[in-house]
Order: sequence, then C-alpha cells, then structure tokens
Amino acid sequence: MDRLFELQGEFWVAAVETLYMVALTLLIGGFAGLVLGTVLYTTRPGSLLSNRGVYNVVNVVINFFRPIPFIIFIAAVQPLSRLVIGTGIGNNALIFALSLAASFAIARIVEQNLLTVSPGVIEAARSMGAGPLRILLTIVIPEALGPLILGYTFVLVAIVDMTAVAGLVGGGGLGTFAQVYGYRQFEPVITWAAVLLIVAFVQGVQFFGNWLARKVLRR
Amino acid sequence: MALVSLTNVTKTYPAAERGGAPVVAVDDVSLDIEPGDVYGIIGYSGAGKSTLVRLVNALEPATSGRITVDGRDLTEMPERELRGIRLGIGMIFQQFNLFGSKTVWDNIAYPLRVAGASRAEIAARVAELLEFVGLADKARNFPDQLSGGQKQRVGIARALATSPRLLLADEATSALDPETTQEVLALLKRVNREFGVTIIVITHEMDVIQSIATKVAVMDGGRVIEHGDVFEVFSSPRNPSSQRFVATVVKGIPSPAELAVLRERHQGRIVTISFRDGDVSQASVFLELAAAGLEFELVYGGINDIQGRAFGHLTLAIRGADAAIDAALSRIASRVDVTEVD
Repeated sequence: MDRLFELQGEFWVAAVETLYMVALTLLIGGFAGLVLGTVLYTTRPGSLLSNRGVYNVVNVVINFFRPIPFIIFIAAVQPLSRLVIGTGIGNNALIFALSLAASFAIARIVEQNLLTVSPGVIEAARSMGAGPLRILLTIVIPEALGPLILGYTFVLVAIVDMTAVAGLVGGGGLGTFAQVYGYRQFEPVITWAAVLLIVAFVQGVQFFGNWLARKVLRR
Repeated sequence: MALVSLTNVTKTYPAAERGGAPVVAVDDVSLDIEPGDVYGIIGYSGAGKSTLVRLVNALEPATSGRITVDGRDLTEMPERELRGIRLGIGMIFQQFNLFGSKTVWDNIAYPLRVAGASRAEIAARVAELLEFVGLADKARNFPDQLSGGQKQRVGIARALATSPRLLLADEATSALDPETTQEVLALLKRVNREFGVTIIVITHEMDVIQSIATKVAVMDGGRVIEHGDVFEVFSSPRNPSSQRFVATVVKGIPSPAELAVLRERHQGRIVTISFRDGDVSQASVFLELAAAGLEFELVYGGINDIQGRAFGHLTLAIRGADAAIDAALSRIASRVDVTEVD
C-alpha cells in the first residue's frame, strides 16, 4: 500500500496515457472504420451503390488483417508505422497500430449495424426520389444510430484492453504500469490498483454508451 | 391520354441458383391507367403485382417493353432523371416503412427536402397534410408511438407531400385490422376525390377492390389474365383462372369441398345461377322453374355489392323429370348464366 502512495505520480501519468491512447485510437480508428464499414455496406451486391470489385477488395483486406493477434500485429506493422508517423516505438506507435487494427474491427461492426436497417425503409426513400448518398447520410446512418453507438461502446472496451500491451513497443499506460511496478516487482496491490481503475473506466464508458443509445432509441 | 401506360412489359430476374431458369416476375403486361382511376391489381402472392408496381416508379428497371408515366418514357431514362419522376409519384407500403429515427413531422417533410422545398414551404405543406390525415397532434411523436392505422396515415401524408398525380399503394391495408382498413380506404378515397390523385392499389383482398377500385386487373403467374371495370370482372370473369380467383373472394360460389357436401345432402340436380344487377330478376327465374312443375330449393348462395351494384350466385337443388329440367334450364340460360354442377 505504501508503495502505491510512492508511485502515485506514475500511476496518474499512466492513467492519462491510457486515456490518451484510447481517445486518439477511437477518433482515428473510429472514423476510418466508419468509412470502411460504410463502403462495405454500400458496395455490397444489391445495395445502394453495389460494386462487386470494391466490395471484394475491401472485404478480403479486412479478412486478411482481422485474425492477426494484436500482439503480433504491432510488431508486423512497425515498419509501416516508422514510414507513416516516423517512429516504431512509444505511445504513438501503439496508437498507429491500434487505430489500424480497430478500424478493421469497427468496419465489420458498422457494416453489420447498417445491414439491420430495413430494406423497406430504404425503398421508401428511393421511391421519394432520394439518391444513394442522401439515403446513406439521412436515412441509413440515423436509422442505425442506436446499435452503432452500442457497437462503438463495445469496441472502445476492446481498445482499452488492447492498450495494455503498449509496453511491447515501449509505450506507457496502465497496462505497462501494472506490469512494471506490479507484476515484475511482486506488488499485487499495484497491479490491482491499475485493474480497478481500468474496470471503473470501462464501467463508465459502458454506462455512458448504454445511456446514449437509449436516448437515441428512446427506449 | 393514359397517365400510366405499360406496353408488353416483362421483368425477369436471374435464376436464384446457378444454371436455373430465370424467374419471370412480370410477363408481357400491357395496361393503361387513366387519370382519376383507382386501379386495383389483385392476385395471389407471388403473382407479380408488387414487381409490376415497382416498374411504374422505376424502383426496378423493366427487362423489356415500354412504360410511360404522364407521357414520359421511363425505359430509357437515366437514373438521375428517374429520381425526378419518383418525386412525382407517391408510394405507400404494407409495412408503412416510416423512418423510425424521425418524427412524424420529419417523415412527412422528407420528400419535400429531397425536392428542395424552402423551409417555409415545408412547414406549410406538412401542417396542411397533418391536418388532412387528422394527425396534427402527433407531429412531434415518433412512428413507434403510433398505432398501425396512424402509421399508414402518416405514410399517406408523406406520399402526398410533393403533390403527386399518382399514388402507388402496395398492400397498404394488409397489415391492418378490418376496421382500420376501412379507415385507411376511406382516406384513400378522399385522396382520389379531393385531389384527383390517380391510385394504383395492389392487394390480395377483395374488400379493398370492392370498396375503392373503379377498375381492376387480375394477375396470375406474372400475367394480367383479365382486366376492366370492377363490376364486370367480378360479376362475370371470363378467364378460367380469374374465375377461380374470383370464386375464392366472391360470396356465393361453393368450393369443390362444399359442393361434395351439398351433393350428399340434397337430391336432384345442382345448378348455380348467376345474377347481375338489373339484368334479370330472381323471381322470374323461380317462376320459370315453378311453371315447369319442378321442385327446387336454395342450397347455397350469396349476393355481392360492388360500387352500389349487386351481383350474386344462387345454387339450387332441382328435382323433377330430367327432360323438364333441361327445358326449363335452357329457357333460363337464355337470360342468365347457368352452370350445372355435376
């Protein structure tokens, strides 16, 4: 317990680092995933702008990257990370790898949720003379907003989980804190302090997501 | 000039399985729908009615044939132009297809936004339509807070927003209970009378045709097997399959199973006589039989009312000498339709 007080500074820095990594990943990966998922949805055969070529390429790319375990994925995309953001280590390198991995996962979640929108509703919009882009932005996405929010909440929790391996590329955050000061120094109290904070954070996120989805769905 | 004109229109879908035969949903259909008509298209499910109506607003492209709406040929028109055409055609659906994420007000405003109407125009038009369908107090509600009948009224208001000349109703009352169905049909009747909107009604329900349609086309297997005035088609269907279809919805024609029961219970020859309003009185037929000294009893029957005109079928069991029956029946048959059931 005393050790935890000594490490108070590091603990809060780690917490902020985790928040930073999660927030940036959600922003970048969330946006890229939304775009990718929307592309999947709209180009799917029989959909608004069906295009077998685009659909197949995006589909195969996502299927290729999705099964790679994240801990290997970080190492695999390190060269790409150096190329794009200039570094292969640290929090930002982790954000890069995580955003990439998350965007593929989010793309699937977005696609799935957009697919739940009733074809009848889309047909109704078409019968009013609305074009594909208008239907996508003013009908499909608003109609799927409730489940989309829940989907993003689900992904956000997974992202919190994945930030824990940041230490692998020299990143910080609560995961690294728990390993370095807790696990390796036989200080279970330190480990548990990190665990509890993460649990509290995840609970907060889930609670907020549920609340927001309920507000959107009005139920 | 016809508002909607279909000439030899065919719609084929590729086979569901590899190597299978393509599915012909609409097969060589030619129809003219005049301005002001309430045109019913009736048939069993899978007869191609819904596909046919989707060809009229080009939600589906026709495989071959010509479709004109208001004199404009849809078949060669590029998608962007078709959107303009669709703006001028309202459509309502069996499952209402309201936008669940939008309020009643925003649902009705949607086609006006697509049409690029100004904020003031939208506000005025939506208020007017809400008043027309009697839902002014529900403007801020969401569709899931409404009953089925209310939802369809919103659907109708939404379909009328851009003041279309043509309204397509795809099984618009099939998800509603009988009472609500009548409410919605009455509203459609008002739409036709007050705004002069031509309506194409797709349905499998006789009631719907009976209460609002002026003309009807019977579809079976993708083809229009019979079409014309509602009274004509229902009172004396010419095509065997439309007779079969009409028999399932018209009161008074016994089904084969019912006939078997009738034959078991009654002696004599069983004959169905079909009356059409004004043609011949029932009394004159009965007098003819009585004059021939025949004994008869009414074993099955029903009278239908379409657009204020009545027609019906009465099935009689007639007993007496065969020759006398033949003579009487041939005299009757010169005036009304007589079908002997054997």
